[in-house]
Amino acid sequence: MLSIENLHVSVGDKPILKGINLEIKAGEIHAIMGPNGSGKSTLSHVLSGKSGYTVTEGSVTYQGMDLIEMAPEIRAREGVFLAFQYPVEIPGVSNIYLLKAALNAIRKHHGQSEVDAMDFLTLVKNKVKLLEMDEKFLYRAVNEGFSGGEKKRNEILQMAIMEPKLCILDETDSGLDIDALKIVADGVNSLRSPERAFVMVTHYQRLLDYIKPDVVHVLAHGRIVKSGGPELALELEEKGYGWLEAA
Amino acid sequence: MSALTQSRYSAEYDAIAPQLPGRDLPWLMKRRSEALALFAAGGFPSPREEEWRYTNVSAIEKKLFKPALVPASGQIDKQWLDTCRLHDAWSVVLLNGRFSAELSKLDGLPEAVSVLGFAEALAKQPELIENYLGKAVKDSEHGFVAFNTAWFSDGVFVHVPAKHLLAKPLQLLHVVTEADALATTRNLIITETMAQAEIVETFIGADCAYLSAAVTEVFVGANADLTLYKLQVESEKAYHFGGAYVLQDRDARFAHHNFAFGGLLARSDIHADLDHASECILNGLYIGSKRQHIDNHTRIVHQKPYATSRELYKGVLDDRARGVFQGRVIVAEDAQKTDSEMNNRNLLLSTDAEADTKPQLEIYADDVKCGHGVTVGQLDEKSVFYLQSRCVDEETARNMLTFAFANEMVDKIKIRELHDLVLGELLQRFPQQGVEKAWL
Repeated sequence: MLSIENLHVSVGDKPILKGINLEIKAGEIHAIMGPNGSGKSTLSHVLSGKSGYTVTEGSVTYQGMDLIEMAPEIRAREGVFLAFQYPVEIPGVSNIYLLKAALNAIRKHHGQSEVDAMDFLTLVKNKVKLLEMDEKFLYRAVNEGFSGGEKKRNEILQMAIMEPKLCILDETDSGLDIDALKIVADGVNSLRSPERAFVMVTHYQRLLDYIKPDVVHVLAHGRIVKSGGPELALELEEKGYGWLEAA
Repeated sequence: MSALTQSRYSAEYDAIAPQLPGRDLPWLMKRRSEALALFAAGGFPSPREEEWRYTNVSAIEKKLFKPALVPASGQIDKQWLDTCRLHDAWSVVLLNGRFSAELSKLDGLPEAVSVLGFAEALAKQPELIENYLGKAVKDSEHGFVAFNTAWFSDGVFVHVPAKHLLAKPLQLLHVVTEADALATTRNLIITETMAQAEIVETFIGADCAYLSAAVTEVFVGANADLTLYKLQVESEKAYHFGGAYVLQDRDARFAHHNFAFGGLLARSDIHADLDHASECILNGLYIGSKRQHIDNHTRIVHQKPYATSRELYKGVLDDRARGVFQGRVIVAEDAQKTDSEMNNRNLLLSTDAEADTKPQLEIYADDVKCGHGVTVGQLDEKSVFYLQSRCVDEETARNMLTFAFANEMVDKIKIRELHDLVLGELLQRFPQQGVEKAWL
């Protein structure tokens, strides 16, 4: 589904990613771990198309398409979803409108007609229940005045409605208490399917207690320095990142 | 200020004076003549005055607007009036500066509550008015206030006695129908102890040049709760001055929502004096395009301890429009534990648009929490990217965010019908194409 080859990325003149190679297949869950400043967030931003990053070398192929060439909204319509570490508050735009606009943009992109208003409402209300959210959140402005946990749940709600193929979760566990973390993890787990892949970017192992990854990669100094199974995450929890960074 | 212009307005005064109300009240005649003397000496404000430094009103001096004849109400296009009238509300119509009983709708008003034309109120309750007139704003404030005191032809008098509440909003609809007309109104709003009301000032006019100059003095009694809305959608050739000067008694709550969309040159003053533990909210939205000049001047004075003030003004400016925000917060020495926050945000949509913003904090107490912030600029790129990552194309994302920026202020309106009216006016005037109501 996603093939990253020798990816080099700079911000201004400063190289951040220095040759990333990663192969992700449908149905897989990959965790990308690493210390602060290792380039984790840069990787998720580059995949979702945020401006301000220059790809100096290498390629990213998503379902046979050159991902780097695509505008952020086209990536999103093609099924690449980024759950933000810090979801943005958008006063004045209602949550339910954004959900509907996103879904209709995806349908239009694939040559389908707009979603029926009643069907949409039923769909949204079911997902809201799944994430144990209050329906009132739908009619409030996007993320405005939401707590940290509510914002993260709202990200997962958007994901559930948009039904992406490649889900990138950027530090989704940050700022969540244990109850909120469980709800978010349950939401993610309910979306696991053989057609969908997940990339979880995280600093800590605790998210991986709730969402079991197939592969764990360690990012340090802009490179993947080690890959392994879920047990690698436990080892990191115990030993920290120092022994790998030095390597 | 040219001596010539002063004499033009002042020279007209003798001809106008016999038509002004309150000729039989010596105290009022005295105040009018003092105000006239002040105006004759200083004229309309000039950019040399600090509080007017970004706004030049010399065009008003040159035009010499004159009081208009009041047309028979039958000649008024009622459909046009109805586009701006709230229907689930009481309404008062001031036509070319005169109260129109015929066009006003005050049926079913609680008996204890008075809503009268100002001239009528002067005849019926002169002592009450004498006590309040000029108490919330002095004629020395600036030339428009002095001018208003000398020239006012009518206005509205609203009195909500202690513990009474207005179950429906009251709309004061200022309408000008004649070219070159001068509409000078003086309004008095008194909400006594524990009273509650929502009042909406609306300014509209025919497609021509005129001057609407209104001064509203507002008294919010102890523990009373007053929300005052102002929707200024004057003709795009018109000149507008509107001042609301508010005295808040202890524990009083006052909120003002100012929507400044119309006029070629428009200036609003919103000044509030806060007593012990009172609460003041000032919200504003100005939308300017073409060559519009829209100036909002606010002043909040924390006189006593424990009062709270929150202020947010937003502007969207396109073409060659210019928006001015001057916000002063003064915390007196006695006003410990003041909690105050003032913000002004501007979006510029064209390189020729201009925003002048000047927040001022003057703090004389030492145990207070006061903050202020100002931005002038473009959209937040993080928000644009967030919407794009949710499938929205970049152009729509930008339109959406610009509209949302403005709509945040419309959303604060608690009267449904007024909300829809203001939203309609906003959509009509919104400088960017492709704006959809469905975003809300």
